[in-house]
Amino acid sequence: MSEGLSFHFDVDGDSFTSAGQASVQVKKDLRRLGVDPEIIRRVSIAMYEGEINMVIHAHGGHAEVRVTEQAVEIILEDRGPGIADIEQAMQAGFSTAPDAIRSLGFGAGMGLPNMKRYTDHMDIQSTVGVGTRITMRVDLPQ
Amino acid sequence: MKISTIRELLGATVVTGEDKLGEHVYAACGSDMMSDVLAFVKDQAVLLTGLVNTQVVRTAEMMDMRCVVFVRDKQPTPDIVRLARESGIVVLATGRRMYEACGILYSSGLVGNKVKEPAV
Repeated sequence: MSEGLSFHFDVDGDSFTSAGQASVQVKKDLRRLGVDPEIIRRVSIAMYEGEINMVIHAHGGHAEVRVTEQAVEIILEDRGPGIADIEQAMQAGFSTAPDAIRSLGFGAGMGLPNMKRYTDHMDIQSTVGVGTRITMRVDLPQ
Repeated sequence: MKISTIRELLGATVVTGEDKLGEHVYAACGSDMMSDVLAFVKDQAVLLTGLVNTQVVRTAEMMDMRCVVFVRDKQPTPDIVRLARESGIVVLATGRRMYEACGILYSSGLVGNKVKEPAV
């Protein structure tokens, strides 16, 4: 694992039903690599929330997961509408999701706060009308 | 609490996972909002919900939960059942309403407050 491993996923933006498939696969891959279960849970929850966000807001996108000896890094990239006010979006309870999404159990304004909660580092780069790139990192016990 | 005890207490039917009724759960969570469920990690938990879609099972899977209970006579669709079977998650269905179902389990000792903040 010294040179690191990388997994790439396309997130289908048209199907709410299939949302989360990439996170399920990452969970399996990390388990196979023998990563600590608590770390796997944090990575997969953070990625799952990100994946749901990409389906709700951005018609899908790409996800890349890199595993090194030091950390698991998740990069989520979409060409969605972008986030106008990142500080506001990070507040628990703030959401721009439509009611239809709320009736599906999401859109409570907890996605981004949960992603931050479960990771050691999170960075959001977003341009309105261009897209969003979120980098998250979960450190591995040394 | 054993999953079989949960089934008895709630008068629930087993939709899938008959072979795992002997497993234990140590915490519980009742919500129709999946992001609220995802906000707190609980060990070997049961999820009670009135929401019926595949993301309920995905959420349970991400959280390493053992069992999902659909309340208010909600019947899970075949794709939910298939996903739960693949993930090894027990699915129960009860006619109890959410408040009742949570109250019954809570007063029977499944207090569900073993909230463990992630070691961040």
